[in-house]
Amino acid sequence: MEVTRNKQPPGPGAASLCLPLPQVKDTARARALSHALRQVAGIEAVQVNLARQEAHLTYNPGAISVAGVVEAVERAGYSVGRAELRAHIAGMHCASCVARIEDVLRAVPGVLDASVNPATGVATVEYVPGTADFRAIQAAVESVGYQTAHPLEQPPAPEEEAEAHAREYKSLMAKFWFAAAVSVPTVLVAYPNVSWLYAPYLFSSAISEGVVWLLWVLSGLVTLPVMFYSGRQFFTGAASAFRHHAADMNTLIALGTGAAWLYSTAALIFPRLFPAGTAEPFYDVTAVVTALVVLGQALEVRAKGQTSQAIRKLIGLQARTARVLREGRELEIPVEEVEVDDVVVVRPGEKIPVDGVIIEGQSALDESMVTGESLPVDKQPGDEVIGATVNTTGSFKFRATKVGKDTALAQVVKMVQDAMGSKAPIARLVDVVSGYFVPAVMIIAVLTFLAWLNFGPSPALAYAVVTAVTVLIIACPCAVGMAVPLSLVAGLGKAAEHGVLIRNGEALQTASALKTVVLDKTGTITKGKPELTDALPAPGFDEKTLIHLAASADRPSEHPLAQAIVKGAQARGLEPLEPGAFKAVPGHGVEAAVDGKRVLVGNRKLMEREKVDTTSLAEAVGRLQGEGKTAMYVAVDGQAAGVVAVADTLKEDSVEAIRVMRQMGLEVVMLTGDNERTARSIARQVGIERVLAEVLPEEKANQVHALKAEGKKVGMVGDGINDAPALVEADVGFAIGTGTDVAIEVADVTLIGGSLKGVAYAIEVSKATMQNAKQSLFGAFVYNVLGIPVAAGILFPFFGILLSPILAGAAMAISSVTVVSNANRLRFFRARSFTRA
Amino acid sequence: MLTLVNLLGLALVAWIVWYFWLYKKEGVAVTEVAGVQEINITVKGGYDPDVIVVKKGKAVRLHFTRRESALCSEMVVFDTLGRSAKLPEGETVTLEFTPQQAGEIPFQCQMGMLRGKVVVTS
Repeated sequence: MEVTRNKQPPGPGAASLCLPLPQVKDTARARALSHALRQVAGIEAVQVNLARQEAHLTYNPGAISVAGVVEAVERAGYSVGRAELRAHIAGMHCASCVARIEDVLRAVPGVLDASVNPATGVATVEYVPGTADFRAIQAAVESVGYQTAHPLEQPPAPEEEAEAHAREYKSLMAKFWFAAAVSVPTVLVAYPNVSWLYAPYLFSSAISEGVVWLLWVLSGLVTLPVMFYSGRQFFTGAASAFRHHAADMNTLIALGTGAAWLYSTAALIFPRLFPAGTAEPFYDVTAVVTALVVLGQALEVRAKGQTSQAIRKLIGLQARTARVLREGRELEIPVEEVEVDDVVVVRPGEKIPVDGVIIEGQSALDESMVTGESLPVDKQPGDEVIGATVNTTGSFKFRATKVGKDTALAQVVKMVQDAMGSKAPIARLVDVVSGYFVPAVMIIAVLTFLAWLNFGPSPALAYAVVTAVTVLIIACPCAVGMAVPLSLVAGLGKAAEHGVLIRNGEALQTASALKTVVLDKTGTITKGKPELTDALPAPGFDEKTLIHLAASADRPSEHPLAQAIVKGAQARGLEPLEPGAFKAVPGHGVEAAVDGKRVLVGNRKLMEREKVDTTSLAEAVGRLQGEGKTAMYVAVDGQAAGVVAVADTLKEDSVEAIRVMRQMGLEVVMLTGDNERTARSIARQVGIERVLAEVLPEEKANQVHALKAEGKKVGMVGDGINDAPALVEADVGFAIGTGTDVAIEVADVTLIGGSLKGVAYAIEVSKATMQNAKQSLFGAFVYNVLGIPVAAGILFPFFGILLSPILAGAAMAISSVTVVSNANRLRFFRARSFTRA
Repeated sequence: MLTLVNLLGLALVAWIVWYFWLYKKEGVAVTEVAGVQEINITVKGGYDPDVIVVKKGKAVRLHFTRRESALCSEMVVFDTLGRSAKLPEGETVTLEFTPQQAGEIPFQCQMGMLRGKVVVTS
């Protein structure tokens, strides 16, 4: 399934394209072609129309050119006839522009025909693909002073959204100020019986009934524009919901304020129809409640914008321009126009515009924004670079491998956005309730009215109307409905800021309930590649000499253990020498001539074969092996020179991450294919008690299943490839990603940084989010469950307490703002596991 | 007089129950063009139309156009499909999927106030 967005018709971010396909004659071919095209980066939607032998595509001109699309069609084995392209043209205000744009478009080589619709502002261009493309058309339009719509930011949605929110806020605030301005005089003339509040008493102590009546009429008149300007959305919303046999918050506010106004007006015009003492207008309720609710909505809009701040921050990371080499020249172009295989030049301090592979130069990159890793990472030719990360001091060139929607950042953004639109299981429950909520409140309002009318004190009708209106106004379905989604958005955003991508609300809710976390050892707890850890020289040798000799002898070897020793020596500043007479002895080790000496590096079998006495080293070897390390003997000219040990080492923060998990009360289990002894040794170092060792890769899922059978929610952490079945089997699968492979399909949670801390963080943030959601939900339910009966006057017979509709309006506005504010608290959530440097 | 008002009130309650809960909405069938079942849905205080009848096994394309600025309808969520889409005001957002089995695919706004469904027939 595809989600595509476009202005009507296609506008910024997407262009549509119609390709004639004379060869596509049957369903099978059509299906094969659309399948092939959907795999192509930049093509967003494909529909092959068999009857007309055409393919209709929606594509992103920033990610793929028309020529690219045509090439993709041809790769799939079909040729293309002529094509049609539609693009939105901005700034076109007069009909005379149309002819100019059409002319200039027709002049572009390859364009067969062009027509511009001045009503929609869309240019339709028919052209030969491969000869003309979007860029040529764009250039042509720009040459006469107009702009073709082009994706300026990728993706554009959140910025537009922020603008829309800002507009909505402004319009709501204007409505509020108007309603508030009208509210003041209506309140001041509403209660002739309350002398300190009644404004006319300031001028005269004897106000005639005629004047009171006249002021009421004026109140009624000025309240009308409040209802139909400030409260317009309540009435239009209620009306369209009503047509759909639905009712929402708008219905309640519209009924409440509308009923108050109608009753007041009827009471003014036909006072005789009402029992004595009940013909009291209360226009102030309409004005004040409208003002309060609109203010609440405005505050809500503002706060809601902050909830999704995290994702805007992510998008803001994207570089705006890129310096690419084209035809031997360095050109600074918008980042959307960078194409795959472009060579991009990066100078010190610049942002990396897109994903790619370094081809020349080296530097250290600050990747913290994507991986959460705070130290700059060294990069050399052949290394991957990630868009949106920042170059430190070096300069380099890289070849773009992923652009537009395929970059790691774009995928992260998309994944987070998708997740924010998903539902937590708890929200599904709430949905069932909210489906019945509003009509139920309406029924309660009717029953309240009847109850007061039948059993209430005099004037019964006035009480009945006021209480019914108060019930309608105090009920706040919004607070109930918003609680979970808002917390979810805030929590997912917070997680994403730390390189933790949670796939959806369900994953988040399950993660918050985890009791057991299973960690794969290799590559998860440890770095997954051996490193030189110890060098224990025999008497007569020192550590440096030992390492230097061993590394020199091992230098030509490609064995991973030998490479680990060479790297270890280099890391200690000892550059290995080029050995002579190198010989690898399979299953034993190596022998080589270093600096005129005969050096052996290998296992005990090698030493025995060469008759080297190793008794003095036996104890050291035993100890190293006890620590789960691989020990190798080194002999020089037939004499034991010492032992070097290599081991898969822990990631820097594994110990701390596991400590935090245990502090949270999680049972941490290690799962590995390694032997018991190595596994135990690592487990001891990180503080894990339960170890499942010697588990075959295909057995891992079964082990997870067995743990689930203990009745606990189990999370499994591993890499996305080898551990995929186990990740799927677990209640929550955490995949450790590195570099650009962010969207790991099988995982519920992807940790971009590769650090185990991400697991702890994911669980912590999930717990905090769920707690936050439950708080809001509980608050909203309690508010409604208590507020509605009080509004109905349940306290009146006992304590004489009756809620004024104005107070009800204030309570309602406050309750919905509270829910949003509570979700916003998550933005300041600080985890035990992750204090980002 | 009072009895009459009481009866009217109770009738109103009954009517609310019927109108909002019991009323069965009639679905709107889609138009099928070149194998794709397409329909325009206007989002304003609800989804119009809100019950859409489609056939299974054929691509369904729903074009949502939001004609209001109220935040409630900002997002449409297809929970059972695991999909959602933001609906910027005045823009048409297209959601495409191919239902593989008969049944109902509900959709709603994020808060569950506005609801609709796609009824898939075999």
